[in-house]
Formats: sequence, structure tokens, C-alpha cells
Amino acid sequence: MYEFVTGPLAWLAFLVFFIGIIVRLVFYVRGLDWKLDRVTYSVNTSYGVRGAVRSILFWLTPFGTHSWRDNPGFTILVFVLHLGLIFTPLLLLAHNIFLQERWGFSLWSMPDALSDVMTIAVIASAVLLALRRIALPEVRIITSAYDYLMLAIAVAPFVTGLIARYAYTHSEPWLIAHVLSGELFLVAIPLTKLSHFVLFFATRAQLGMDYGIKRGGMKSSGINW
Amino acid sequence: MPEGILCNKNKVTTLEHLQALLADKSGKQYYQEMNNLDVDAKALWDLVQKTCKSRIRTWLEICTHCGLCADSCFYYLANHKDPQQVPSYKIQSTLGQIIRRKGQVDNAFMQMAMDTAFCKCTCCTRCGVYCPLGIDTGVMFSYLRGLLFSQGFTPWEMKIGTGMHRVYRAQMDVTTEDWVDTCSWMAEENADDWPGLEIPVDKENADILYTVNAREPKHYPEDIAQAAILFHVAGENWTVPSEGWEETSLAMFAGDWEACKLQVESVYAAMDRLKPKRMVVTECGHAYRATVIEGPYWAGLKTGKTPIESLHYVEWVAEALRAGKLKIDPAKKIKEPVTYQDSCNYIRNGGLWEAARYIMSQIAEDFREMTPSREHNFCCGGGGGLNGIGRYREQRNVGLRVKRDQILATGAKLVVAPCHNCWDAIRDLEEVYEIGIRWSFLKPLLINMIEVPEHLKPAE
Repeated sequence: MYEFVTGPLAWLAFLVFFIGIIVRLVFYVRGLDWKLDRVTYSVNTSYGVRGAVRSILFWLTPFGTHSWRDNPGFTILVFVLHLGLIFTPLLLLAHNIFLQERWGFSLWSMPDALSDVMTIAVIASAVLLALRRIALPEVRIITSAYDYLMLAIAVAPFVTGLIARYAYTHSEPWLIAHVLSGELFLVAIPLTKLSHFVLFFATRAQLGMDYGIKRGGMKSSGINW
Repeated sequence: MPEGILCNKNKVTTLEHLQALLADKSGKQYYQEMNNLDVDAKALWDLVQKTCKSRIRTWLEICTHCGLCADSCFYYLANHKDPQQVPSYKIQSTLGQIIRRKGQVDNAFMQMAMDTAFCKCTCCTRCGVYCPLGIDTGVMFSYLRGLLFSQGFTPWEMKIGTGMHRVYRAQMDVTTEDWVDTCSWMAEENADDWPGLEIPVDKENADILYTVNAREPKHYPEDIAQAAILFHVAGENWTVPSEGWEETSLAMFAGDWEACKLQVESVYAAMDRLKPKRMVVTECGHAYRATVIEGPYWAGLKTGKTPIESLHYVEWVAEALRAGKLKIDPAKKIKEPVTYQDSCNYIRNGGLWEAARYIMSQIAEDFREMTPSREHNFCCGGGGGLNGIGRYREQRNVGLRVKRDQILATGAKLVVAPCHNCWDAIRDLEEVYEIGIRWSFLKPLLINMIEVPEHLKPAE
């Protein structure tokens, strides 16, 4: 079972993930229409690129925008969650040992203590974000089961990974659950709204181009996000 | 009754149709007929498939429902943080549903969507500036208005407005003759006080082509006279076109994209005919948005720009002040606390906040910014056509509270509002809430404080 989930199934999950996000990006760009969107994407390019880069960088910076600064608690939770979701699996020592054994290469690994902290931080921020959905009426009204499912899919590999690491006995079922939940997460990224993993950059770039080219970018120093 | 006599899916293209609509006071019959208007679900879905591409579909799909858009929306704030006013909720429950149901929606749904699109969103696009994923709900509501319009679900005044653009190429029944007569009347009326004052019509190769809002010839002709006086004092070589003088677009508010195209093409044709160097648009936000920002796209101009360089009035004033063409008498600067209403259409969506600040630095001694201001300012409360729609007057007045409180917090008693919609909304908020403020366009203020060269003064 372990061999299967870390072998063919892992290949399949990575295949769906990589091809999926490329397809999502390609379809997004192909679906842009200068006349319908009213943005000359391929004319006034320097303004477009400038607008896109500003739009992405401001929002990738913690507290870099009015919206982030207005909501400091949420901002911290979002950045902790996303940084943890991306960097913990990439830089986890166990993953890199596994990579080295299977595929002959590995990335820099962080100390186990740090990865434990990051894992717990991911789980804690996911729980707090879920509680926020319940507590705030303006978030509750737009929240559906699908939103909780997304959080659950994203955080499941971290919960199972932590249990597998600290389970003294019967750790293999947890390890398999960890691998399976990780694969589910990878597959879910292109197929669900977790596609914002890559479409965040696309939509931010699009709005940045809109502002950069059409909505004042040529007559100002650029919108102060 | 699938199609009403007044409320139907047809475009208003004749004077008779327009007059029949105007004769229906407050749209009583129009809205009664709307209750029975059928939804052509197939046509609706066809239109969605043709026009709703990856940008809007992705926005709707990846919205993480974080709720950060809530506090950015003045309607949400004005309505005591009613969760039903959260932008994400409003768009998901209207446009989102149309797409999820593949157009299979009924009359009641379409009326709910119309009410939401017109009295719960002014398309100010502020929420788009606060969304981490760059989801611009204002843009989506504008798109939704277009879908609703195609099915005949648009407020009575919007139906009339689009008809006006189709019949008169203006948002009001102002003919070419009316317009030209108003220009000569205003030139004559002010000739004694301003010797040599002219309002040149159809002069070729002028430096400036000046274009206006139809309300000016219709209701505020002195605005045209003031513009003429300021151009005269500044020594500008300018003209107005006899046709293609109207910048506004109620069609844009309604989502009647065909009429939008017809309207802006009339202005671009005037540019082509008279070959001016630049165009200056009057103190109107949505007029500038329609003709300068969005118009080139409706007209299919691949550069995304108007055929000649186009300026909002604040750009021209800032330029004239910087160049010394207009000089302010320091003794006549505004002494009292004064604030500035940043219009969504030419500030947030046009990038002109610096020009506005420069003007205020030149004409006011105690300028006070609203909080927030510039591209983050709140809508006046009357944008997106809302000022003109009787059906939503109550909701509009509730929305005005945010602007009222912003103005009160500055301590200013005078609000400079170089935008017709903002000007109206602030006038109305004073009428409703009586907070003791005055409001003004730039032109009358400037005329009272500019230094007039001796040779332009009347002989004693």
C-alpha cells in the first residue's frame, strides 16, 4: 500500500497538479478578451507590466496594502497559513530525505523543530480562520460547506503528518493517510477554488493591468493598493 | 403578457417610444408590466456564454469568501453592516446564480437582481481595491446590468436614458439646435462683462475641443458660460462641436453597450471632423469614464485611447494654473475649511488625484482631506445612475450617510465636487440631512478668484 501511494499514485497526483495548473493558467489567459474586458492587454505593454507587477507585489507583502493593514489579525493568519502550506512540505527534512532516496535530489531542509512549529501554525491558523467564518456575520453569510472542505483538504496533510511523526505505534496507517491527503491536496489545487494557488497571480495581474493601462495608470504614479 | 408596451426587451429607438415612456409618470405602468415580463432563459444563457469569459468566471470561482470586501462597501457601512450588503454576497446571489443555473431564472429573480445591481451597488469599484484576489465586484455588477438590460429588466429612468442616447445622442432631449442656441445665448448674455467672449462652434484645428454633460445646456447653461470665460481668460484657442458634444452615458449605467458605442462614436466623429489637438471634458466623472476611459473599447479602438488626447476638466485647470494661464488672486483664495469629493470615475478609475490636490493647494488656504480620500474615497452615494432612479430613492438616501459623516468629520462647510453625480448627491444629502454645508463645481469658484488681465475687463 505504502509503495503504491508513494509510487504510481504520487506520480498521478503530481501529473494532475502540474498539468492542471498549467491548463488553468493557459485557459485563463486565452479567455481574456481585450474588447470584453476593456483592457488593451497587448498594447501599452509597459504600463500593463508595471501595473501587474505592482498589483502582485503589494499584495504579496504582509501589511503592504490598505486591506491587509485594516485587518491585521486576518492578515497574519492568511500569511502564516499560506507560507506554511507552501514551504513546510518543500523544506521538510523527511520529504527531502525521501526525495533523495527516490529521485536522487533534495532541497535545503529546515530543522525539524521549525517544521513542527510551522505545521502547528498552519493547523492553528486554519482552525482560527474556520472559527472566523462562524463568528463574523459578514463572512458567515458567504461561507458554504465548500469553503470548510477547502480548508480541510489543505490542512489534512499537516494534521496527518504531525500524527504520523509523533505516533509511537501504528504510525504506518497515519503515514499512508498523510500521503493520500497530500495527494488529494495536490489534485484539488487545479480542480477547485484552491486554484487560486496560481490564479491569484493571474487575477492580480489582470486587475493590475486594468488599472495600469486603462484606469489611470498612464496618468498617475499608480494606484496605492 | 411576455412583453409589455413600455417594459420589454426592445431598444428605444424612436421619439414615439421615448415619449410614451416619458408620459408614464414615475414608471407606474412600466414597473407593472415588468411584473409580467418573461425571461428568455436561452437568450440570457447564450449572451452569458458569449460575453462572460475567464476574467469574470474566475473571479466568481476563486472568491475565497473571506469577507474583506465588506468594510470597503459604503452600502454595507451605511446599512449597519447588514451581511446582505457584503459585495461578495450580492454578486454571488445574482450574477453567480445566473451562471450556476445556466440562465434558468425567473421574473422574480431578475427583479431581485435588478434591485441589487442598482440600489446595492453603484459600481464604484472600491471593493476591488480591497480584495486580495483582485476581484472587482463593481465591474461584475456593471456586466450584470448589461445582462438584465438585454432582458428588459432595467429601471424606468435607465430605459429612458438609453432611448435619449439613441434618439438624441445625449442623455436628455437636447437637439443640435438647442445646444448651438444655448452656446450663442450664453456668449451674448456675458458679452458685456467679458468683452470678446466667444463660444466658437465647429472651429477647425482648435487647441481644445470642449465637451459637456447634457444637463449643462438643459438646466445649467451658466456652466457653459463659466467654461467659456475661463478659456477666454486663459487665452485658449478652443471650440465646441455642434454635434458630438455630449460626454455622458446613461447607457453605461444601464449596460446598453450598443448605445454606449453610438454615443462615444458621435464624440470621436467630432474629433475627426474638427481636428482639434486635445479634448477637455467638463466637470463630470462618469462622462470622462464613459468617453475617455471606456469609450475607446466600445468603439473598437485597439489603442484603448481616444482618437486625440483627452483631459478631464481638473487636468486642464491644474495645467492652466501651473502654466500661469490662470492666476489666482491670493486675497481671494478660499479662507474657510474646504474639502474635496474624489469622484470614483476620474479619481479611483482615472488616476487624477494629484491634479485635484494641486488645484486645491492653489485655491484654498485650509484644505481638509476626507478620510479615506483619493483612490480610496467612498462613492458620493449617488453614482452608477442611482441619483436619477426614483424607485431607489430611499436606499440612495441611506447610502448618503457615509458621505455625510465623512464630510462632517473634516469640519468643512464647503465641498468642492467637480462631478455632476457627486454634486447632486451632496446637494441631496444636505437636503435630507441638513448638515449646513455648501457644495460647488470648480468653475464658479475659479471665476471669483482669478486675476483678470486689464484688456479682458469691460470698459468702465
